[in-house]
This record gives sequence, structure tokens and C-alpha cells, in this order.
Amino acid sequence: MSVLVHELKATYAFVERNANLIKRYWSWELVWLVYSIANSLSVSFIGLGMERLDGGQAINGRYLVLYLVVGTLVWRYLSMIFYWITDIIGMERWEGTIEYTLMAPIRRLTHMAGQTLFAVVYSLLFTGVILLLTVLLFEIDMRNANLLGGAIMLIAGSLSFIGVGIMGSILPMLFPERGSQMTHVIIALLLLVSGVYYPVEVLPGVLQKLAVFSPATYVLDGTREALLNGIPSLQLWQYIWPTLLMGTLAIPIGLWIFKQAELYAKRTGKLHRNG
Amino acid sequence: MSEAIYVNNVYKVFGKSNKPIWMRLRVNMSGKNGGKSSFSSGNTTPKSSVAHSQRVVAVDHLSFSVAEGEIFGVLGPNGSGKSTLIRLISTLLLPDGGDIQVFGYDVVKQPMQVQRLINRVSVEASFFKKLSPMENLVYGARLYGMSGSEIRRRVEEILGRLGLERRSIHAPMEQMSRGMQQKVAIARALLSRPRLLLLDEPTTGLDPRSKREVQTVIRELNQQHGTTILLTTHDMLEADQLCERIAIIDGGRIVALDTPQALKGAIGSNGHEPTLEDVFIELTGKELVKEDEAE
Repeated sequence: MSVLVHELKATYAFVERNANLIKRYWSWELVWLVYSIANSLSVSFIGLGMERLDGGQAINGRYLVLYLVVGTLVWRYLSMIFYWITDIIGMERWEGTIEYTLMAPIRRLTHMAGQTLFAVVYSLLFTGVILLLTVLLFEIDMRNANLLGGAIMLIAGSLSFIGVGIMGSILPMLFPERGSQMTHVIIALLLLVSGVYYPVEVLPGVLQKLAVFSPATYVLDGTREALLNGIPSLQLWQYIWPTLLMGTLAIPIGLWIFKQAELYAKRTGKLHRNG
Repeated sequence: MSEAIYVNNVYKVFGKSNKPIWMRLRVNMSGKNGGKSSFSSGNTTPKSSVAHSQRVVAVDHLSFSVAEGEIFGVLGPNGSGKSTLIRLISTLLLPDGGDIQVFGYDVVKQPMQVQRLINRVSVEASFFKKLSPMENLVYGARLYGMSGSEIRRRVEEILGRLGLERRSIHAPMEQMSRGMQQKVAIARALLSRPRLLLLDEPTTGLDPRSKREVQTVIRELNQQHGTTILLTTHDMLEADQLCERIAIIDGGRIVALDTPQALKGAIGSNGHEPTLEDVFIELTGKELVKEDEAE
């Protein structure tokens, strides 16, 4: 019991620390929020732009806007989780605290859990603000949307992105100078094949095959079905189970890979500070 | 008296390997290459250091022990292996050969048990720079299982004893001088009430008054709480005044280990009472780096 209490306190330590960092870096967070809003709106306006270019003949601009809004928001949420988790080593290395955190008597699972819990809560809040502004600006009618279904899809998708994030987090550990930048490759490839701004069917055959292995593909399809077509939550199962399966596999595999990378870093002396 | 630290024939080498990364990632869970290290466990020159000129032997078959409650000093110039030794003891590095035990726990096989008993202060005060001392210390102490109210009370008590002004406790660390930051680093280590405190040049860069305050805290901690202390330092006077025994290391090897008096007594007087610096020069043929160089 005392071990559990100790690990729970340690989990909370990471949540509290990250909240304090957000508070202290509030101006940067504000800049990032404005950037994210502008980015989401710019992409969403493509829907109205396409309708104008088409002369209002075949393209339903409102539908296209909502299609793109869902894509930008889901992608913002999933990529935020990914980056918060991959930053688990990068931020500590930059701040110079890496050795102190890694020599603390806590399980790495606890470390990951704290970072993940914060990542999910903060990403939901951040994405929620963008959603609110987007809905207000585009006067999107959400009356027929299955909001609960959309939320279920996001939570289910979080698991697989947590696993992918844990795998990605070894890059800053193994490559102290450029590891953080390397994580962009993972997110860029997922963005390409997952159908964030277009149906995966428009992709060449090889990329379509890769899309099957991206959890984001199912999260996006499921969230669109829930929000655009109002499909009941039970019918979303076909999109939920692949993401749950990927998460169930990706998290333990990610933790195992992280453990091996940590042992390697301890053998080669890579757990030093950068900043 | 039981042993706080037991170091036996420990060896650590750094440098690039010719093996590809996937081969290097295949580590044995023991962290010691399963005893199949390419390095000899004896006192012979390791094959790899000959084969790969980029390799640097940081710790070269060190053996010593520290008794519980002792203040043990490690003296050596930059690059002599002092910090590597502290990282090995604090479970941040895995040895390539040999054994290290802390209060009977093996640092490789039982890292969590070791981590519960130790804490460390390094030469760089490493903190989240935007966070305040209180926020940093609360974070650090929670990782050691302490609760919020207990932490806040102890933070104020310890920082007050270290002479940190009350108003500084809630200001960002980046606004503090290096000396003040180092005091917060010491407070962080004291908060978890470690049985073994690893101090890696804790007073380097501090002004004389701050240095004295830190030395007083070290002495109090040892005398009042029985905390075992491993101290690395460039400051000969500090080592002489604080340490019961001193190991002088050079090139990763121990060249002498004894009480300060015995070390000084072992060399000729040469017209004046010998100092530890004289001992060091006599034994290694080198001068210890000056403090401003160390920074």
C-alpha cells in the first residue's frame, strides 16, 4: 500500500511540475495557442475556399469545413500528447534536471504515467479552446453531432499515441543533440498516411497500406463519423477496437524499448544535461 | 561499523564503439554485459582501450570502502574520474566491471533500493530555471514520497538555515545567483533525509561566506544525523577540515588513501608543514585545477 501511495505521489509530482511550468511559461503557451488557432482556422477555410472555386456546384463547403475542422482538432490533440510524452527526456535534458529525475526512487512507469496524465488533460483543454473558437467562427451546427462518441474516440486514440510517444521518447535519450528534432519525423509520417486532411483513399497504394497501421486513421474516421454523421457510439466500435489494440501493444512495447534505451544510455553516459 | 559504500575493482570506459547501435542496444539486464565485457576484470590493460584510441578510461579498477557516518573525500584534477565515480554510485551510470554496493545493495541489480538511501549535489545546480525554489523542491521531494505540507515546512526550515532570504523562495531560480542556487541544490538533497549524501564539488563557485555556511551544514548533517558523506572537491582546505579520510585519484586510479594527517605525514616537510596540495603534487606530479578553472 505504501509503495502505491509513494508512486501516486510521484505521479502527481510530474503533473504539478508541468502545471507550474505552463504557469511560468504562460506567454509561450499563449503564443502557441494563437498559432494553433490560426493554423486550424487556415486549414478549415480551405473548405469555404473550395466551395467558392467550385462555384457552389458540387462541393458542400460547410461539410468540407467540418471535415477539416475535425482533422485539425484531432491531429492537434494527438500530436500534443505525442510531443508531451516524447519530451519526457528532452525537457529534463534541456533544463539540466535529467540526472536528478532519473536517480529518484520511482518506477519509470510512474514517470510515464505522470507525464501522460498531464499530457491528456492539457491537450484536451487546449484542443477544447480551439474547438470552441472554431465552432463560433464558422457557426458550425453541432446539434446532430455525437459529441460523446467523438470524445470516446479521442480517449481511445490517446492510448495508441501514448505508446508511440513512449517509443519516440527514446530518440532524445539516445541522441542528446538532435533527438528532439528527430521525433518530428514520426509525427510527419503519421500526418501523411492517416488522412488528417483528406480521405486515405486518395493516397497511392503503398501509403494506403501504411495507413492501416496508423492509429490516427481510425481515430479520425471514427471521430468524423461521430461528429459529421452523428453515428451512435456503439457503432463506433469498428474504429475503437483497432486503436485500443494498437495502444495495448504499443504501450508495453514502448516501455520495454524505453527500458533498453535507458540501460544503453547508462552504459554509455548519455544521461547528461544539455542546457 | 558497517559499510555505507563498498567499491570493488570498478571500471568504466567511455568512447565510440565500432559496433552498430542495434548491437550496442542489446544489453544484458544486469547492465554489466553479463560478465562478458571485452574488458578484463583484473588489473590489466583492457583490450578495447588499445583497439580503439577514441576510448577513455574514466575509472580504472577502483577499490575502496566508506564506513557509515564517515565523511570521505575524493580529491583529483578535472577529468580524473571523480564525477564518473559519483554517477556510478548514484545509479546514473553502469560500470563496465566490478561491484558497487551502497548499504549492502548492489547499484546495478538493486538501483531502486539504493536510490531510496542516497541523494546528490552536483557542481552545477540543476533546476527548472523558470520555477521557484519552492516549486523545484516540492517536485523533487514528492519523488521521494514526501507530502506537500511536510515539504513546504521543511523547505522553509532548511533554506532559512542555509541563509536564503524568505522572499527568494517563491521567485524563479533564474533570478538567483549561482551561490543561492547551489544552496537550493543542497536543500533539495537534504529534504529526502538521505543516509548517503554524494557531494560533487558542492562549494565550487561559492563566495567565502556561502562556502562556510555550506560546510557548516555538511558537518551538522554528519554529526547530528549520522549521514555518510562522499565529497569531491578541489578545495584542499575544505577536504582537510571536513574529511576523515581522503582518496587522491588521478587518471581514474587511486594513488593514495588515508587520513589527511597521515597523507601529509607521508611526504617530506621541505621546510614547511606539508599541505594536501603538496601531497597531491608529490603523488601525481600535477597541480590541482584552480577553482576558477573548475567553473
